Amino acid sequence: MIEKALIKRTSKSYWAWVLFLIALIAVGFAAYLYQMTQGFTVTGMSRDISWGMYIGHLTFFVGVAAGGVMIVLPYYLHNVKEFGRITVVGEFLAIPAVIMALLFVVVDIGSPMKLFNVYIYATPHSMLFWDSVVLPCYLLLNLVVGYSVLQAENKGLHYKKWVKALALVSIPFAFSIHIVTAFLYSGLPSRHYFLTAMLPAKFLASAFATGPSLIILICFLLKKLCGFDAGWNAIKKLSVIIAYAYTATIFMVGCEFFTAFYSNVPSHKAALQYLFFGLHGHNQFVPFMIVFVICVVFALFLLIPRQNRENPVKLGFACALVFLSMYIEKGLTFIIGGLSETPFGEIASYHMTAVEFLIIVGIFAIGILIATILFKLVVVVKKDRDPGAYVPEDRAGLALKLTTEKGMFVDTVARDKDREDEDE
Amino acid sequence: MEKMSRRKFLKLGTLCAAGVSAAAIGASSVASAATTATTGTYQKNVKRLKGTAMGMVIDMREIDSEKIAELQKVCHAFHNVPNVPNEKDEVKWIWAEKYVNLFAGETTERLAEKFADKDFVALCNHCESPVCVRVCPTKATFTNDQGIVLMDMHRCIGCRNCMAACPYGARSFNFVNPRDYLDEVNYAYPTRMKGVVEKCNFCAERVAVGQLPLCVEAAGGAISFGDLNDPESKVSKLIAENFTLQRKINLGTKPKVYYII
Repeated sequence: MIEKALIKRTSKSYWAWVLFLIALIAVGFAAYLYQMTQGFTVTGMSRDISWGMYIGHLTFFVGVAAGGVMIVLPYYLHNVKEFGRITVVGEFLAIPAVIMALLFVVVDIGSPMKLFNVYIYATPHSMLFWDSVVLPCYLLLNLVVGYSVLQAENKGLHYKKWVKALALVSIPFAFSIHIVTAFLYSGLPSRHYFLTAMLPAKFLASAFATGPSLIILICFLLKKLCGFDAGWNAIKKLSVIIAYAYTATIFMVGCEFFTAFYSNVPSHKAALQYLFFGLHGHNQFVPFMIVFVICVVFALFLLIPRQNRENPVKLGFACALVFLSMYIEKGLTFIIGGLSETPFGEIASYHMTAVEFLIIVGIFAIGILIATILFKLVVVVKKDRDPGAYVPEDRAGLALKLTTEKGMFVDTVARDKDREDEDE
Repeated sequence: MEKMSRRKFLKLGTLCAAGVSAAAIGASSVASAATTATTGTYQKNVKRLKGTAMGMVIDMREIDSEKIAELQKVCHAFHNVPNVPNEKDEVKWIWAEKYVNLFAGETTERLAEKFADKDFVALCNHCESPVCVRVCPTKATFTNDQGIVLMDMHRCIGCRNCMAACPYGARSFNFVNPRDYLDEVNYAYPTRMKGVVEKCNFCAERVAVGQLPLCVEAAGGAISFGDLNDPESKVSKLIAENFTLQRKINLGTKPKVYYII
């Protein structure tokens, strides 16, 4: 089946895109080799800020991977049929996201040739060990489930019972990957920005806003580029999930501000002061946090009122803002903020280097390349087997003009045959 | 047909597993017989300093900045600790830290200048409940039977989780190749490679042959080392007779380095 994505029905622009990504990967790999030969001195990390952008990105992409479950869970547990057509999008989004998360761990390891010591000397009291257990498990589950479902559809068959069983197993795994990642930080006694029972809940809430936001953006993109229609009802349902999850996330960010500033405990305030206002002259993250706050205000305005949320243009903007704001809060600033106050009560600063930037770009390119292949596979299979999901060619070009005219989104789900025939 | 073959396969699998475990039991009994036959080959190390909770008492009344620099020189030279000029990448096992920094968050609001600016000795606290050991994914850092927190450099993968976890800032990562920054190599102690974490080891290699840690020797009586669990030890007596401080005891790590102010 994979040949459908790799060689069949390819266009020149597809190959140009793939080559471009491979070029970026090569640059990233060269930067990684440089980091390996020179040592981590070429990164912005230091004795004080011992974790930097890599671990921040790990955290963020674990969230993106876990976010896919907001399609899988309603479909398999609550029989939300609207999601039938895009469950595979949720599952296939998790694959590049987990691979990226794992790669961000690998590039952060000082001695990667000894990496498998984590399994050889398995250590159950270490959260990092559990992270390295649940992440590959979740990756494998999504690979098997997503591929089996799509292969069955490709053959015109219903997927087997065991596939559904595995899909159900993947649901707690989706939660566990992000809970364990939060435990990595929230169990450290001297890092006050991390040391909060709120953290796993905040991570999950932000993941359930970020993942579905990315899925909606991908659906819009698939519609524009390939004419694949996820179904407006599915998008609408997802947008409600995003609205609730995002509001909950921002509420929890607000709670942290209250606890820190009302209690007035200096070390509880330090990270927030450093990130949002600058502390002891260190303020390089303040511009990012200003962008974060602006994104939050606009995203909430676009998500909460129903008439905004149900407007495709506004929803698209809202999703982009949600993604960007959580990328800043979780991917760029969370780790550095938590480590910024040193054990000696001083603020240490961190400046990302070009080497780190290029390695991060390379890993993004790997993720996007995998996503490109997987989603192309989805589109090609669906085109053959699920013509209802396909916007006629002349309309495809119009699709991302995203006019407010709702009729443009052909609600094909109603016409669609149910993939779920479990009752029989 | 298919069911038959699966059953056969499972049966075969069970037999194999039984066979392997039987063989393993056989092998281990042979092995234990061999051990019994050669009893007496290994002798208990009688030279080793005794104790189950090795700790340190540092009398800061007798130590100044120059003394700390001297302690660091002795320690770093012996343990092949690289002298990395770039502060971001520095590696240190024992160093000077101002009182207000060493006891950050636990000092008084208004403080006599002679304390605020005074350099204190900073080193690994060899906690009884060490966070670094808890978070390490490979057990590369571990507590030995004397309560000394050690590092296995060969096992460390350089994930730096221990550095994020340590409340005392005791750990250093080799951001550069440490062998490039050694003035002189001491062949009595291993050098390290880049990409691993290291820290003070309470001179476990000296304790094993009955010697005191280098800094204790070099401090000329101002630093004492011994078993905190033994009420007769010098450290226990010093703690009983003097006002002492430990760093960040509210975190539950139970540090074993005491300071006499």
